[in-house]
This record gives sequence, C-alpha cells and structure tokens, in this order.
Amino acid sequence: MAAKKVGKSTVRFASPPIIVGTGTIAGPVEGKGPLAADFDVVLPDHAYGERTPERSETKILEQASRIAIERAKIEKSMVDYYIAGDLLNQVISAGFSARQLAIPYFGVYGACSTCAMSLALAGMVIDGGFADYVLVACSSHYQTAERQYRYPIELNIQRKTTSQYTVTGAGAALLASSGVGPKVTWATTGKVTDLGSKDINDMGGAMAPAAADTLLAHFDDTGRGPSDYDLILTGDLASFGSEMLRELVRDNGVELGDNYRDCGLMVFDTKSQRVGAGGSGCACSAVVTFGHVLKEMEKGTYRNVLLIATGALMSPLSFQQGESIPCIAHAVAIEA
Amino acid sequence: MASQKAKKQVSSLPHMTQAAQEEKRRQLAYKELVQKKKPRPRYLRNVLVAFVVGGAIAVLGQLVLRFFMSRGLDLDAASAPTLAVMILVGVIATGLGIYDELGELAGAGAAVPITGFANTIVAAAMDYKREGWVLGMGAKMFLIAGPVIVYGTLAGVVVAFIKFMTSP
Repeated sequence: MAAKKVGKSTVRFASPPIIVGTGTIAGPVEGKGPLAADFDVVLPDHAYGERTPERSETKILEQASRIAIERAKIEKSMVDYYIAGDLLNQVISAGFSARQLAIPYFGVYGACSTCAMSLALAGMVIDGGFADYVLVACSSHYQTAERQYRYPIELNIQRKTTSQYTVTGAGAALLASSGVGPKVTWATTGKVTDLGSKDINDMGGAMAPAAADTLLAHFDDTGRGPSDYDLILTGDLASFGSEMLRELVRDNGVELGDNYRDCGLMVFDTKSQRVGAGGSGCACSAVVTFGHVLKEMEKGTYRNVLLIATGALMSPLSFQQGESIPCIAHAVAIEA
Repeated sequence: MASQKAKKQVSSLPHMTQAAQEEKRRQLAYKELVQKKKPRPRYLRNVLVAFVVGGAIAVLGQLVLRFFMSRGLDLDAASAPTLAVMILVGVIATGLGIYDELGELAGAGAAVPITGFANTIVAAAMDYKREGWVLGMGAKMFLIAGPVIVYGTLAGVVVAFIKFMTSP
C-alpha cells in the first residue's frame, strides 16, 4: 500500500527532504537581467573559456553542483546520488558532469521540467530511506540549445512574437534527510498532455495545457487552492504561455492571482532585453528557484511556494515529421 | 469552452469513440483560443524595416556595380564581381556577428539579398566547424542553403524546359 500517495498523482513526504545547499550559475544575458545579484556566478560570455558551447554547459553544471555541496558544508563523498538532466541529445551535459563529480548518478530527461522532476525524485529517494544526501542539478545553454533545436547561432532569423530565449545557466540543490532549510513537502507528477500544438515557435502555448493539468491535479489531490501558496511559479511558459495557463485554469474554476509568476518572465527584463516572450530551458526554472526564490524564502518573503516546471517532449526529428508537441509539467511544493 | 465552430467540426467525425471525440474537441477549442490570443507581429514596422534594410543592401550592391562599370566592364561582365563583393560583405558581417542582428531587425530585408544567402552558409560553417573540417563543416555548411540550391536549380530546369517547349 502506498501510504504516502495522495489522490491520483501526488505524494506527500512523511519526512520532507530539506534543501541544505544550492548553487546557481547564469549566463551573460541573464547576468544583465533583474535577478543578476541572486546568482552565485555570472558568466562573462557564453564560451566561458571552452572551445565548444557543449563543454561550457558541462562546466557550469559541474561547477553549480560543487557550489551546492560546498554551501551544504559536507564532503562530496557523502552525497549518495546525483540526479541531473539537460536538454541535449543523450543528456550529455549531465552525464559528462557526472564523470567529473564521481557520485552515483541517475541521468534524467524531462526537457525544461527537469528541475521539478529531479526534486520530486530526490524527495522520494530520501523519504523512502534510500539516501541521506541527494544532489539534483540541471542546465541549459543558449548556444547548445539553438544548435540542436533551431538554427546555427549566427543565422539571420527574426524571432516570432512567441519565441523564447533559452537561459544559459545551471542550478543545483542538495537535498538532505536532516538539516536546516526549506523543505520539499509535496510532489505532483504530471501526465504527458498534448492539445495538438505544432508551432515550434510557441513552446509556452504548447506547454500551458500540461501546466494547467498538473496544477489542477495538485489542487484536486491535496485539497489546496491558489491562496494556499504565496507564490505559484511556472518554469518557462513566458508571456503568452502564462496567459494561456490563466485562461485554461479559469475554465476549470481556478483563478490565478498576483501570486502567480513565471520564471521565464522573472529571469529577464522582457521589455528591454531582446529575448522574445521570455526565458526557457532547464536552467530557467532552476536558477530562478534555487537562486532567487529560495533566497527570498530565507528572508521570509515567501513561506509556501509551488513550482510547476514545464517541458516540451518533442525533438527536431519528431517536429520535422509533422508530429504535435507532447508536453509535461511536474509540481513540487517547497515550504520554509 | 468548445465553440460552435469546434463542435461542428467534431460532429463530422462519427467513427471516433466518445473519449477520442472529447479529446479532439478540446484540441480544436484550444487551437482556436491560441489563434485568437496569440500576439500578432508588428507587420507595418516589420515591412518598413525590411524595405529600408533590404533597399540599403541593394543600393550598396548598385554602387559596387557602378564602380566596376566605371572601370570599363559592361553590365553583364560587372555582375559577377559585384555578386562576389556582396557575398564577401555578407561573409564578413556574419563572421563579425553583425548579420544575425541585422536579420533579427529586418527579417526578409536581410534574408533575401545575396548577403543573406552567404550568411546561411557561413553561419552553418561556423557552428559545425567544432565537429571537424570534414564531417562537421564540410558536411553541414549547406544545411540551410542546401534546399535553396536544390530547388533553385530544379526551378531553373523547369522554367528552361517550359521556355524550350514554348519558343518557336
């Protein structure tokens, strides 16, 4: 019998894992954004001294992970598992960073939902009694994502009104069975949702139904509502996707108020920075949540936060073959 | 949420199960909502900027052409070196990281002139050089330009064939 399962798709951690350390690294564009002061490291450029952007992404993921371990004031050898993911084929950034870190490793892929997904998994591993320390991390990189999903970096392409800008960065959090810090209390696992969107330039619009589905499932399972959270945070729906999410949940009788925000709109100043509709990528929710939101929780600005990280599970191949874009969203509740 | 239009479209699918129909109805309703709410591009601004930037590139090309003609080449002979110079301009602007900014600003105004064509090849070459000279750059530099070359050539053949068949 699954004693910790609540409702259809939510778990409530009996002894909630505690976030004892975080590390965040952000790219040069994010470093000019409104949250610049919250990141541990801001890169001077996308290359970061490496000969390929892929190497640069691996480097920042590893570095963010090391910072998180350092902040927790434990030895690397004490970390039981490293759960990490990124956007690249065969999750190479995560795998390559795990080669350097030499911690037992689970590589995961949830596209841009990886941050919440790995938090949920780490929570289950710790609450299940399988580990005392689990390191979760994810990364994305503007240049590696552009190359894999879109066009060569220097190509003359005009952004669409709903195009988003992949966040360069990496975020890591060390979860522990005991200690002091914010706790991960609930996790709602998303179903893959696909309302038939085929517009590769509108990820927010494609992912909004998945976010709505998971948000409503979370409220159903837990009996909570929007007013139970100081902050409801979606990963990277950006301006158009957030608007669509509001519409979709409104149809189901849930009204999202001022406590709803989107990481993709927080990490950049979308008016003055040329980033289209806002940020996207695994690092978008990771650097905003681990860098900004957790710091604000420490200060007491927020006590209850619900993070819903959304991911689009298509590939350039499936898109070219005319498939629609299946999306997923995972929610985790973090309480001070 | 399902509008009249969506309902009508779905009722024409009687072979589907109830659940599949419901899913289809949700998809159509969402598609409609997205189409209604999606922010429109600033068409007027885009068209004007494309006209000005594309026109400026054309004027530059014209000046280069005049230069070669002033040195004694006739129009046909001057075309080839003019194209070569404009391609070089596109190549250098891409290498300096300027041309993608121009494309972001001007859209088709930057993409349509031959400088834009040069940009597609150099941008791909710069990206894939990291995977080596042969399997990287050599294999992939025509990733964007390839279709233009293939279908441009094909269109040329078709047009030439039509001309051949219809000319007396």
